[in-house]
Amino acid sequence: MMEQTERRVISVIVMNEASVLSRIVGLFSGRGYNIESLTVAPIPDSKYSRITIVTAGSVRVVEQITKQLHKLIPVLKVYEHADLVETEIALVKIPMSESLGDIEALTHAYNGRIVNVGSDTMIAMVADEPTRVNHFLEAIKRFHPKEIVRSGSVALER
Amino acid sequence: MQISGAQMVIEALIAEEVEVVFGYPGGAIMNVYDEIYKQHSFQHVLTRHEQAAVHAAEGYAKATGKVGVAMITSGPGFTNGVTGLADAYMDSIPLVVISGQVPMSLIGTDAFQEIDAVGISRSCTKHNYLVTDAADLPRILKEAFYIARTGRPGPVHVDIPKDVTAQIATFDYSKEVELETYKPTTKGNARQIKKAIDAIAHSKRPLLYLGGGVISSGAAELVREFSTMTQIPAVETFMARGTLRYDDPLLISMLGMHGSYAANMAMSETDLVIGLGARFDDRVTGKLSEFAKNAQIIHVDIDPASVSKLVHAHFPIVGDVKNVLEQMIPLAKEQIKPERYETWHNTIANFNKLHPLSYKEEGDRLKPQWVIERIGQLLGDNANISTDVGQHQMWSAQFYPFTRPRQWVSSGGLGTMGFGFPAALGVKRADPERVSINITGDGSILMNIQELMTAVEYKLPVINVILNNNFLGMVRQWQTLFYDKRHSQTDLSTQPDFVKLAEAFGGVGYRVNTKEEFDAALKDAIDKNVVAIIDVVVNRFENVLPMVPAGGSLFNMMLEYKEK
Repeated sequence: MMEQTERRVISVIVMNEASVLSRIVGLFSGRGYNIESLTVAPIPDSKYSRITIVTAGSVRVVEQITKQLHKLIPVLKVYEHADLVETEIALVKIPMSESLGDIEALTHAYNGRIVNVGSDTMIAMVADEPTRVNHFLEAIKRFHPKEIVRSGSVALER
Repeated sequence: MQISGAQMVIEALIAEEVEVVFGYPGGAIMNVYDEIYKQHSFQHVLTRHEQAAVHAAEGYAKATGKVGVAMITSGPGFTNGVTGLADAYMDSIPLVVISGQVPMSLIGTDAFQEIDAVGISRSCTKHNYLVTDAADLPRILKEAFYIARTGRPGPVHVDIPKDVTAQIATFDYSKEVELETYKPTTKGNARQIKKAIDAIAHSKRPLLYLGGGVISSGAAELVREFSTMTQIPAVETFMARGTLRYDDPLLISMLGMHGSYAANMAMSETDLVIGLGARFDDRVTGKLSEFAKNAQIIHVDIDPASVSKLVHAHFPIVGDVKNVLEQMIPLAKEQIKPERYETWHNTIANFNKLHPLSYKEEGDRLKPQWVIERIGQLLGDNANISTDVGQHQMWSAQFYPFTRPRQWVSSGGLGTMGFGFPAALGVKRADPERVSINITGDGSILMNIQELMTAVEYKLPVINVILNNNFLGMVRQWQTLFYDKRHSQTDLSTQPDFVKLAEAFGGVGYRVNTKEEFDAALKDAIDKNVVAIIDVVVNRFENVLPMVPAGGSLFNMMLEYKEK
C-alpha cells in the first residue's frame, strides 16, 4: 500500500524547557518519521519556543505526526494545515578567484549579499523560500563553492 | 514548610493518599529511604528486583484504578525498572516511578551508577522529569500524579539527583495543577455523538468492540447498561476481559489472533463497529485491509492519536468512554430499537454453534484449558487472575469465566514475561480478601521467581499455577506451525524442582498430575494462606486455537491443528 508522500512543514510551539527538543526528535526517530530539517529558537518575551520541522509523509502519516506531537506534554500548539510563509538561509563559501561582481548580482536576485570577504574566500548569504534557495544553490555551482550550509526552514502562518 | 527534597517526596506521597510503595533502595535514593524509615503513613514493600517493584505497582494500579507507585535507585536500579515502565506505557497503566540519580555535580561525568535515566525513559513514559531544584519538587510530583491518572493514563517517571533530595526548600502542595499545555478532552462532541447514534439506529449488524479503555475509565457498568438496553452484541479485546460477565448472552467472546471463531466472524460481518476505548492493535485486527471490511466505524477514545491511527473512523469521538456513554445512553434509549437486531443475533448464535471455543480431553495428561476452567469453577468471582505471557495467557483470556472489570491483570501490549507474579503481589495487596492467582508457564515463572521472598515477607499469598509443558510453549507452537517443527531453544525439559523451590523460600509447593490432585492442591494452598506454586504437568504439545496467523485476515482462522 503506497500512499503519496509529500513535503510538509509543521510548526510547533512548545514550552521553553529542558529536553523538550529531544522529546520532539525522539518522537520522530522512535516512530520512524522523517525529518528533512528542523529549527528551534525561543519566542522573544515569552516562555515558549517555536520549532519548525520539515518532513515528508502521506496525509495519514502527517496527521498522525501532528496528533503525536500534540500528545507530548510540553507542546502548546501544532500548525500543520496552516498557510505558512517559509524562509530559509543558505551560506556559501566561494574562492576569491571567482568573479565578485557576478556573485554579488546573483545573491542579490535571491534576497542576499556577500557577508564576508577574506583573503582566500568570500561568503555569500541568501534568505528566501526553500525552493528558491535550491535554485540559487544550483546557479552558484559555476562559481565552485567550497562549502554550503543551509539553516533549515523557519515558517510563520499568514 | 521548609523541608528537604527527600521529606517532600514523603509529604507528597501522603498528600496523594498513597498507601503502598513498591521499591528497592540504593545509593542515590538513600535520603528518601531514610525518610521512609521515619514515617508510618504508608507501607513500603521491598521487592527483590526493581523490575518486580514496577510490575507490582502496575498490578496494584490495575486492581484499584489508583496510581501505583514504585521507587528505585539510579543506574542499574533504574534500568531494571525500565521494562515495567514500558509495560505500563503500552497498557496505559497509571504509575509514578521515582528514581534516584547521582548528584547534579556528577551528572554527565560517567559517575558510579550513573545513567541518563530520563533519556532512556522518554520513549516509554507518558512524561518524565529530571528534578534540578528541590523548590520544583512539589509542583513536579503533583503534576506527575495528575498526568499519570488523567487523560489516557500512563507511567510518569521522576528522576531526582541525590543532592536535590538533601536540599531544603519550601513545600507547598496546596496549589491546583495547572498545565497550560496539557488539557485532555473528556467530553465527547455532542454532534458526533448524535450522528453515531443515528448510525447505530440505522445499522443492521452493529457490534460493540470493547477495549481496555472501558476498564480504565470505569465505564464497564455503563457498557453493561448500554448493551442490555440496545441488545447490541459485543466482542472484547484481551485488555477488556471482565467488562461484560462471561455468561452475558450479548458477549460473544474475545476477538483477535486467538479470539473465538464467532467473535472474529462477527467482526468480519458487522456493518457498524462501535469501538470503545480500543486501539485497533495488530493482534486484534489481523490484516488491516480486510478488517471489518463491511463496516463503518464509530471510534470513541480519549487519545486523539488512537483515533484513525490504523483504521479510518467514520465517526471519531474523542473523549472519556464513561462520559461519552453517559451522553449516548439517553439518545440511545429514544432512538435504538433492540428488536431490529434479531437476525443479527441469530447469525452470531450460528457462528457460536459452528465452532465454539473448546478443547479435547485426551490421554492421561491434563489439558491446560481444563486447569483454567477448573480454577474458574472453584473460585469464579472470588479470584483475581494475573498471568505471564504465552500460551497459558491466551488460554486464560479464552477460558476463565470473568465476572467483573479489574479481575484480569495481564501484560497485553508489551507482552512481558515475568509480569504475572509481581503483578499478582500488587493485586493481592490491593484486594486481600480475594484469592490472587497467577496463571503462568514454566518459562515465564522463572523470570521473576525471586519474588517468592517478597510474598513470604509481606504475607501476600499469591498462588502461582504453572501450566508446565516443558516448553516455551507459544514460541514452540509457532515453530511447529511456521518453522517446520524446528524447536529451536524452546525445550525447557531442564527444570528446577518447583515444589522444593517454593519450600526453600518458605512457601508451599505441589506437583500435580491429575484432576483430583489439582483440586486438592488448590484447596490446600488457599487454606495454608502462604505463597504457593502449583506445578501442573500438562499436555506438552497443546496449541492455542483458533489462531489467525500474523498478518492474516480475521475470518481466515486456523481452527484445528492437523499433524502433517
